[in-house]
Parts: sequence; C-alpha cells; structure tokens
Amino acid sequence: MFLINCPYCGERDQQEFKAGGEAHIERPKQPTELSDDEWAEYLFMRKNIKGVQFERWNHAHGCRKWFNMVRDTSNDEIKAIYKMGEKPPAQ
Amino acid sequence: MTKNLRVKSSEYIDETNRISFKFNGKTYHGFKGDTLASALLANNVHLVGRSFKYHRPRGIMTSGSEEPNAIVQINPGTNRTEPNVRATEVEIYEGLEASSQNCWPSVEFDIGGINNFLSPFFPAGFYYKTFMWPASFWEKYEFFIRHSAGLGKSPTSSDPDIYDHRNIHCDVLVVGAGISGILAAKNAAKNNFKTLLVDEKNELGGSTVYENNEFNKINNKTPSEWLKKEIEELKNIKNLEIKTRTSVAAYHQYNYLLARENLTDHLEAKDKTNKIRQRLLKIRAKKVILATGALERPLIFNNNDRPGIMLSSAIKKYSEFYGVACGCKNVFFTNNDSAYESALSLYNKGINVEAIVDIREQSESKIVKKVKEAGIKIYWSYSIVDTTGYKRLNSISIMKLSNDGTSVTGSKISILCDCLGVAGGWTPAVHLYTQSGSKLKFDEEKQIFLPNQNTSEQVSVGSCGGDFKIDEILKNLNQKLKDTLNINETDLDSIKVEIDQENSKRNIWLLPSDKPLGKTKPFVDYQNDATAKDIKLALREGFRSIEHVKRYTTTGMGTDQGKLGNMHALGIIADTAGVKMGELGTTTFRPPYTPLTFGTIVGRNVGKFFDIFRRTPMNDWHVENKAEFENVGQWKRAWYYPINGETMHQAVQRESKAARESAGILDASTLGKIDIQGSDASEFLNRVYTNAWSKLAIGKCRYGLMLNEDGMVYDDGVTTRLGENHYLMTTTTGGAANVLGKLEDYLQTEWPELDVYLTSVTDHYATASICGPNSKKIIKKIIPDLDLSDESFPHMSFKEAKIGNIQCRIMRISFTGEQSYEINVQASYGKDLWEKCMEAGKEFNITPYGTETMHLLRAEKGFIIVGQDTDGTMTPIDLQMDWIISKKKYDFIGKRSLYRSDTMKEDRKQLVGLLTEDPNVILEEGAQIVSELNKSPVEMLGHVTSSYFSPNLNKSIALAVVRGGKDMIGKQLFVPMENKNINVTVANPVFYDEKNQRLNA
Ligand SMILES: [Zn+2]
Repeated sequence: MFLINCPYCGERDQQEFKAGGEAHIERPKQPTELSDDEWAEYLFMRKNIKGVQFERWNHAHGCRKWFNMVRDTSNDEIKAIYKMGEKPPAQ
Repeated sequence: MTKNLRVKSSEYIDETNRISFKFNGKTYHGFKGDTLASALLANNVHLVGRSFKYHRPRGIMTSGSEEPNAIVQINPGTNRTEPNVRATEVEIYEGLEASSQNCWPSVEFDIGGINNFLSPFFPAGFYYKTFMWPASFWEKYEFFIRHSAGLGKSPTSSDPDIYDHRNIHCDVLVVGAGISGILAAKNAAKNNFKTLLVDEKNELGGSTVYENNEFNKINNKTPSEWLKKEIEELKNIKNLEIKTRTSVAAYHQYNYLLARENLTDHLEAKDKTNKIRQRLLKIRAKKVILATGALERPLIFNNNDRPGIMLSSAIKKYSEFYGVACGCKNVFFTNNDSAYESALSLYNKGINVEAIVDIREQSESKIVKKVKEAGIKIYWSYSIVDTTGYKRLNSISIMKLSNDGTSVTGSKISILCDCLGVAGGWTPAVHLYTQSGSKLKFDEEKQIFLPNQNTSEQVSVGSCGGDFKIDEILKNLNQKLKDTLNINETDLDSIKVEIDQENSKRNIWLLPSDKPLGKTKPFVDYQNDATAKDIKLALREGFRSIEHVKRYTTTGMGTDQGKLGNMHALGIIADTAGVKMGELGTTTFRPPYTPLTFGTIVGRNVGKFFDIFRRTPMNDWHVENKAEFENVGQWKRAWYYPINGETMHQAVQRESKAARESAGILDASTLGKIDIQGSDASEFLNRVYTNAWSKLAIGKCRYGLMLNEDGMVYDDGVTTRLGENHYLMTTTTGGAANVLGKLEDYLQTEWPELDVYLTSVTDHYATASICGPNSKKIIKKIIPDLDLSDESFPHMSFKEAKIGNIQCRIMRISFTGEQSYEINVQASYGKDLWEKCMEAGKEFNITPYGTETMHLLRAEKGFIIVGQDTDGTMTPIDLQMDWIISKKKYDFIGKRSLYRSDTMKEDRKQLVGLLTEDPNVILEEGAQIVSELNKSPVEMLGHVTSSYFSPNLNKSIALAVVRGGKDMIGKQLFVPMENKNINVTVANPVFYDEKNQRLNA
C-alpha cells in the first residue's frame, strides 16, 4: 500500500487514490483530421513498462485533483509527483 | 502410556493453576502457561496428526509458529471452532477441546494410512498426471480427494466473536521481542521515537530468556538473567507500546504492515463474550526494525518424520521454558553445536541423553567438551540412515559418513530412543523482509539467504540479519541502531560480552542412506509430504525454475509455507542441477506469515456493515408502506409496493396501469445530480454531450447522451439550464460518481482553460416525480399560484416555486411518456414533500410505484436504460438514436470514434423491439436470439435486454440487441429456451404512443 504525497493535500494512504493510466497522452485537438490508425493510436495504445513509468493519479477520495507520478513499476518506488501541466522531471 | 514428563519447575508455568483440556476426546491436564503442544508432551503424547498425502503418523516437531505437523481443530463442533491451528501456538485454558485433523476415523487408526504403503504410486505431480484424464472422471476424483484429504472443518454457524481494525502510526516498529528486538525498542523509545514493539508469543524475550549456556555471559551474567532485567526496565520507558500475542502477517511497501493482535484466544469461553477476539493492526511506520529471529533447520534423512523426531531447539525450549521432557531416551542428530546446548539442558535436569550423532568430524568448543565430560556418547562423522517406530520413534540406525558426505560406510549401529532432536543449523526468518520487496543475497559461507537491498527505511537485526553469536548480535545491533535511528550513543556501548567462540558447521542438504534414494523417505516438506526424491524426480522431468518445482512437488505450499524445509529443497535442487544456491533464488514468501482468520480480515464490516448503502429522504415512508427494495449501486430503492399479498407481477401491473390512467408517483431522489457553473458551462456541455447546448434557453431542459472516447454510450440524463452560466445535470443512479469523475478528468487535464466548476449535489435534493393524466391537477393543488398552462410551463421546461415556505425546483420532464413533473426540494424536506403529494393525490388514486414499474413504463416507450440495454459496446447509432448526434459540432467526446470503420459497420448489434407470437409469453432477459432452428452450431444474433408484460398494451414486449436488427423490422426470429423455441417478430422499439401525444394530454 503506497504512501502518496498528493501535491495539494500531502501524504495520504493509497486507498484514497485512483490510478488513471499512462500520463502525457494529449487528446488530439483536431480528431476529425486523423486517420483511423492515428485515432486508434491515441485511443487504445498504452505502454506497460517494467521500470520507470509516467502515470496519472487522482486523489479520488480527497481533493479530487489529478496529478502525475513517476513510478518504477518493478519495485513501486515513487520517484516524483508533479501537478498537471507541470513539466515532467528529467530522467 | 500416560506418563508425567514434567521435569522441573519453570517460572513460565504456574503449577498452582491446573487446567484440564480434551484432546481427541480424552481429558488431560496441564498448567497455566502451557501451550497445547507442551501440555500434550508433558502427557507423553507425540502423535497428533496424519500427513496430508500418505497419512503417515506425525508428531509435534517445533515449539513455534513454524510447526508443520501439529495442526489441530480447536473446539470442534462449536460455533467457535477453528481448523488448521498450530498446537504449538495454542495457550491452554480450562475447557479447551482440540482434535487431530486429516485422519479418519481416528489418529490412532487412519484408513488413509494405506496411502503410505501405496506411496510408490504417489510420486511428485501424481495429482497432475493422474487426475488429468479423462476429464469426465473428474467428479469421481474430486470425491476421492476431498474425502481423503482433511484440511479441518469450517464452522457451520455464524461467528459469535467481535473483530476489530485499528490504524497505528509510529516512528519505529520493532517486529520480534527477542534480545535484539527488546534492545532496539528500548533504545528507540529512549531517543524519543514513538515506538511499537510486537511479538507473536505471550512472553517477551524470545529464546534468550531460557539461554543458560554457562560459556556465554553479558556483563558477567547469563544472557537470560541479563535480559530479564532489561525486560523489567521496559515498563518504565515512555514512548513505547508493547503488544504481545501479535503476529505481523504482512509487510507491504512504504512500511505498511498488517498485524493480528490476539486478545481472547487464551481465555476460557466465559471470558471471551462481548470482547474483541482479534484486532487487525494497520501499521504505517516511519522506520521498521525487523528482529524476527531464525528458524532451526531440520536434517533430511530417511524416515525423518516419525513422531518423537523434533527440532533440537524445540526440545530445549520444552525443557527450559515449559519444564517438559520430550522423551525418556533422547538422542540428538546435528551438524553444529546447537544440539549440545539442548543436550546439556536435558542432562542438567536429569533427563537421559543416550547419544549425539554429529556429521562433523569434530568440534573443539567448550560446550562439546562439557558434553564429553558429562559422559554422553558422541558419534563423530556419523549419519542416521533409518529410523523405526510407526506411531512413535523407537530406534535409529547410524553409519559412518564418507569424507565427501555423499555415502555411508561400515557397519550399522542401532540406538534405541523415543525422542530425536535434529539440529541442521539456522535459517534467518526473512519472510517479512522479502514481502516488503527487499532483496536477499545468498551467503555461500554461512549457507543462508541474508537481507541485501532494502526498499524502505528498515533494518534487520539479530539472527534474521545473519548474526547468530551473542557478541556478533550485540555489536552489529549497536551499529545498526546508530545508523538507522541516527543517534550517537546507545545502552549497548558499555556492554561486555563473553562467548564460546567455536561453532563449526558441516552442511549436507540431503543425507545419504545405505539404501538407494528411491527406497527411502527423506521428507523435505512434512505438511505436504514432499520428499527429496520427489524434488529429484521433478528435475529429471525437466523442471528447472524453483517456482515450478515448488508447484509440481507442492513443496512449501502448505499452511506453513514450508518454513522448515524450503532451504533444503533449494539445496537439493542446486546440488542435483549443479548450480549455485544464489543463482536459483528463493520462492516468493507471500503474506500472511501465519494464517489469518476471516473475522480479522473483515473486522467490523459484517452484517449490515458489510457494504455501505444509501437511503433516500423518503425511505421511512417506503418502509412504512411495505415497499420491497432493490439495490441500485449503493442505493436502496423502492422496487414495488405490494398490497394485500400481491406478487411482484401483480403489483407492477397495477402500478403501471395507475400511472397511465390517473397518476403515479416515483421517488427519483437517487438520480445523480451535478451542479455546473462557470462562464464556459455551455461550451463544456457541448464537448461532453453528443447534442448541441449553446442555444438551450434559460429555464429549459434537454436530454443528453454522453459517450466514452471510444464512441460507446456511457451515460444519459436530462440537464436543465438554471441561469446564464448555471446548469443542473442529472445522471443515471449508478453512474453518478463515475460521470463526475470523468468530467473532472477532462476539465483538469484536457481543458484546464475552461471556466467551469462541478459540484455533486445528489444528496442535497429529494425528488418526487408525479406522472399521469392527473399529474397537473395534483401539482395545482400543492402549488395553487403556479401557472401550469402548456404555454407557460411546456414539456422540457423548468420553474422555481414555493410549497408553503419551501423553495422547490420543478422540471416538466418525462421518463414514462406521460405528462410528468419532477419536484426537487432540499433533502431534509423530502419526506414532507412526498406526504403532501400523496395527500393531494388521494382523490386521483395517486399510486406510488417503484423501479420495476418505472422500467416497464419506459420500455413501453422504447427509452433505454444505460447499463441494461447498453453494455459498453453500443453506439448511439446502434441504439437508433442518430437524432441526438449533432452534425454541426466540430468535436465532442467520442465523436471521432463514430466514424471508425468498425463502428460504421452495418451489421453491428442494434437495438430493436421484439414481440412474441403468443402475447402472453414473456421472454427472459439475457435470452439469446437466432434466425435458424435445427442448425448446429448456430450464430447468436443477439440477446434480449429488457422484457415485460405490458398491462397498457395487454401483451408482452421486449427490447433486444440484434445483429443488423435495424433492417429486420417484421422479420421472424427465434429465442431458443431449454424446453421450447419461442417465435418472435422484430418490431420498432417504441411500443406505446409513438407520436408522444400523451405528454400534453
Ligand atoms: Zn489531494
């Protein structure tokens, strides 16, 4: 059970949070311009890395804010947490 | 047979407090402080169970939670009965009853024992190989397996005990209260760390409190004397909480640990009532100090599992701590000096030690010399090649071990004995350490796995960290405490330790016999009856990974998780495959360390607290009026209101007719409500719904359909424009939380530039929905001054009004197809509003209806229910709702996906109506639909999603999704059921009032 440092509330137990999948996948601004393949790329394709992964998390049972997390999936070490819109830390 | 083996008084046994208990129906006596195991041993009872596969007689092997054999059923036949309990952990109390499991009809005569003689036919993987084929025989196999395999019996009535959960936050958690744990906790607390010390036993001090080796001294005292003084001092230390009978079950990441605190298991039945039995502690610690100790290893030799064969350290504990001799003629079998301490312990109490069989060539330590002086015969370089005695050991045979340790030579010597202590060295208890995700490394010299890379702030001290000698333990503990706690000095700085330095060891994982391996039974996993030859067979059959060998042979898969034998299994694999132990790695140790009761896991979440539920403000009225309820998400919703013993069908038919003929009233408070405000609110709705919102006038309502980005229908509901920048969105009852979450996600992450604020107001309002031709008259009675004319208050519009002093919002919207008004008031006035409506509607026979009638009425109109008629694979086009997709909007969630080649296919499943040939036949929801009979296999075209008997149409109606159904109107299809085929015709899904004339009737 992780201890997650919500950028708005501080350290809270993992059960207050919801994982939201891979981070930094931007919704295309002009979907109608995209081919089926390009749209499918956005819609369906997600990485599942063993190692350092960028993820979205939501403090669902707290402030309800979304934020980003850098997590090593091989040992669950949380390497960084930063707000939506902020630049990801250099790896 | 009954003999008293109580030898010398022990301060941990209260001989003034005599306790009687029953084992397998026979009454025995023990004393306060005894475990079931120690009390049985004092009565000379070793045989306590049968092994799992061969049903071999098995005895008590250990004195702790690692026990593989002495697994008993506590208080059989009562509602407090518990299976799979280790006799070594049960503290006896007056009235305790226990019985052996895994044997029938009795432990003394077990029919399954025949498996032992058939054992050549039960090799590793036997179950996999034999019961695989033919598949149709599985039922017979299962019957056989279930009858011969006894894993105890679950209680058949509900648990009378109370269980609890507690969160604990501490600076330092110390697991294990042996010498290392006690000193660690003491120094942490003294340095102002809020400290919690836990131990699974009822007494503090671990094995050191009965450590009386005269050659070991701490500050010139024996370790036991010295430690008892330290324990005494703990009482005066602030910041320190101590919990005994508390076993850490799991160590998760980020120093989150679960422990089970046992509060009443050691009490008599009369003292258990109305007390919390067990408490699950959820511990979040800043730092964790593991002082979990080490487990003694057995030795693997032929027939090493007979009752009377025990760990040498257990024999010592029974003698020193419980004052019990485990046998009258004792022999020890060892590869290190530990057994000599046990032998001396017995000797000093006047218990006969016949001999020590040592696989080493010699040892020059002081304690060995002392044993020699005592006249105890030592066989150097000898190994046990066989043992005899079916229900109790009665002799061993030994032979000289070859120099390389792989064979035995010379003549066989037989030694009569009734108890054999085996000492194979020590294995650090690293189970919790690895559970935390931390990594081990193998120490080739010591032949043990040791903590290596920690994943959280933790440290392993004492023997679980690889230090076995008292001087080593204290020296390393001191440094580890300074590093971990970041302190400069400790109590340990000034300590003086003397020890008996010599302690050589000769490690042989599998000891040879004069017989070939195939003719021997060297058990590695006692509980699951896995022998060394099973492991070798698995390797011969091509298994290489330790995890695969484990599963194939079931080694380490019992309730004890192979705490004793896992290392030997690894060693035998490494030796046989010619690889290094370190390269093999270990199997994964999974939580819980020792089994947990279900009660502890669920805590207080039982009965009505099992799952949370929500009730509407009108709930009491529904209960008073005998409504039946159904669960919708977390909500308890009125389902139907039977009167005069009506069946559900009768009640729903009556309610449905009344709603269309005069007036019906529905509690719609559970619908999700989201208050949307901000200057970009209209734009936001444009992006999340498929239809256009910019032009919706203030005071008007509109139905919206929300898609997922994949184009599939996600939710629906009516949204009302309350003001220029203010909307009230309603969602489905079950979807409310998810819709809010999804909208927040888009607002925060994709469109942060939008000025929009979302607030969940579901619980803030109570909603009564009145429908039917007389609904207008009822509203008029409640709010006489409200203009209800169709011009002023048309369908799909909204007005604010007052009922007396109570502010309300009224929406003229309809989910039944009837003229209909939804009145929303502040939740606390909900029941009052409902009663006013009932009162005003009395003269029109206003009829309360539940969710079932609501579903029926909307089905008559062909309105979908998201989640019933859709399943996450339906687009609006599949639902024949093309009209709700705005052609003008550039984008909305899911729009692009509606133009994917897959979603544009003509033969997707589409929503249609179905009418049965016989109007009285009601289809089953979920029934499959086909176009041809008498064909096999036949393509399933789709399934029935909603089905009712319509009292207003006097025939059955159904909604269904059918492949290419849109173009099948009028076509005949079939619904094959178990006993008959039902003929159906595809129809338009709107069955009633197709022109919507009743909305203004
Ligand atoms: Zn937060």
